[in-house]
Amino acid sequence: MRWFVLLVAMLAAESGYGRVSAQPRRALTVAAASDLQAALPEVIAKFERESNATVIVSFGSSGNFFAQIQNGAPYDVYLSADIDYPKQLIATGHADASSLYQYATGRLVLWTRKDSGVDISGGLRSLTDARVMRIAIANPKYAPYGRAAEAALRYEKIYDAVRGKLVLGENISQTAQLVDSGNASVGIIALSLAVGPALRARGTYSEIPAMTHPPIDQAAVIVSASARKPLAREFLAYLKRPDIGEHLHRFGFTAGR
Amino acid sequence: MMDWQAIALTARLAAIVSVILLIISLPLAHWLTFSRRRWTFLVESIVSLPLVLPPTVLGFYLLMSMGSRSPIGRWWADWTGHTLAFTFEGLVIASVLYSLPFAVQPVAAAFAQIDPSLREASATLGASGFRTFARVTLPLSIEGVIAGLVLSFAHTVGEFGVVLMVGGNLPGITRTVSISIYDHVQALEYGQANQTALVLLAFSMLVLMAVYGLRRRPWAAAPIA
Repeated sequence: MRWFVLLVAMLAAESGYGRVSAQPRRALTVAAASDLQAALPEVIAKFERESNATVIVSFGSSGNFFAQIQNGAPYDVYLSADIDYPKQLIATGHADASSLYQYATGRLVLWTRKDSGVDISGGLRSLTDARVMRIAIANPKYAPYGRAAEAALRYEKIYDAVRGKLVLGENISQTAQLVDSGNASVGIIALSLAVGPALRARGTYSEIPAMTHPPIDQAAVIVSASARKPLAREFLAYLKRPDIGEHLHRFGFTAGR
Repeated sequence: MMDWQAIALTARLAAIVSVILLIISLPLAHWLTFSRRRWTFLVESIVSLPLVLPPTVLGFYLLMSMGSRSPIGRWWADWTGHTLAFTFEGLVIASVLYSLPFAVQPVAAAFAQIDPSLREASATLGASGFRTFARVTLPLSIEGVIAGLVLSFAHTVGEFGVVLMVGGNLPGITRTVSISIYDHVQALEYGQANQTALVLLAFSMLVLMAVYGLRRRPWAAAPIA
C-alpha cells in the first residue's frame, strides 16, 4: 500500500514537472520583486519570442532575493523593488556595477474590495473611518512598499491614529491577498498589483500622491556569478526599450531614469 | 536584543493550545483506540492530515474561511466585531488544528498498549466506563499523555507558515518567535536572528531529550513487557 502511494505521488510529480525540464533553448533565470507579478509575464513572453530564449522567473520579496544572491543563489538577473539592495550587492561584489538600471518607480495606492463597504475616495484620510477595522500594509521593517506606506501615513499625520489597525504582510503581494480574502478592510499596495488582472475586477483603488513618501525606485542588476551574462545583458537592453517602458507604465509603474 | 515579547507570546500560545489539545485528545484518542466502528479510520485520517499537508494548505484555507468572503468569517465578525485573522484567538484555533495529530497519536498509541484484560477486569468488578478510564486507562498511559502534551507544545512553538499567512505580524498578539526570527532575517539582522534562533534550538533539543528520555525511565515503563 505504502509503495503504491509513493508510486502515485512520483508519477504525479513527474507529469507536473516533466515539461519544464526540457530546455533546448538558451535559458535565463530572473529573480523578480512581487510587485512585478502582473506586469512581467507579458514582458517576458515577448522577450522569449524575440530572442529565442527561455526565461524562468521567480517572484518573491526583494529582501529574500538579496540574501539569497549574497549566498550564491543561481539567478542571472535581479529585479528589485528597492534600488538599495542591488546597490549593496554591487558594493559587496555580488552584482555588476555597470549593469545597474533603474527600470521604474513604484506607485502606492489604497485598495479595497468593491463589496467591503468602505469608501476610499478620500484617500489616506478615509482610513480613520470607524468602519475600517484592519489596514494591511507590507512590513515597513524590510518591504519597500511598506516603508513607503508608513512614510505616507506619517506625512498625512494619521499614523498614530491608525497604528492599532495595521496588519503586516510579508511582501506586497501577500499584503494584497490579506485584503482580497476579506480579512483586512483596506490595504496600501502597489498600483501595479491593483491594475493587474487578478485584482482589477474585484476592487477599487485610490492613488496616494508620490510626494507623501520617498520614491520606490526599482532597479535591475546582473548577478556577478551569472554564467549567462550575454543573454542577461540582452534582457536588460530589452527592458530599456521604450515599448517595454510603455508596458510597465500601463501596469502602474512610473518610467525609469 | 532578544525578542522577549515574542518569546512570552509563543509560550502563552503553546501553553493554551496544549491544554486545549489535552482536553480534546483524551476522549478522541479513547474513541479511536477502543471504538469498534468501521469508519474510525476516516476520523484517524482527518486527525493526521496536518502531518502530511504543507502549512500553506492549512493557512490558505484558514485565510479564506476567516475572511468576510466566507460565511464563517462573516458570522464571527458579526458576533465579535472583528475578524478572526490577526487575533490571538485566531492563532489558537489555527494551532489546535495544526498540532492535533501530535497530541492524539501518542495518547492513542499509549491506550493501545494497555493489556485489555486490565480494562476488562475493571469492568467486571463493576467499575463504570469513566471510572475504568480514570483509574486504569489513564494511569497506565500517563507516559503517552505527557508525550502528547509536550509534543503539541513544542510543535506549536515551531509553527511558522500558518502564522505567517493568517497572523498579520502584530507584536504581542501574533508575532511569534518563528515570525520574529523571519523578520530579523528579512531585515538582514542576522545577529539578532541567530540569538533568538539559538534559544529555539536549545528549547527544542531539551523537549526532545525529555520526550525520548522519559521512555527509559523505570517509573514510566510500559506496564506490559
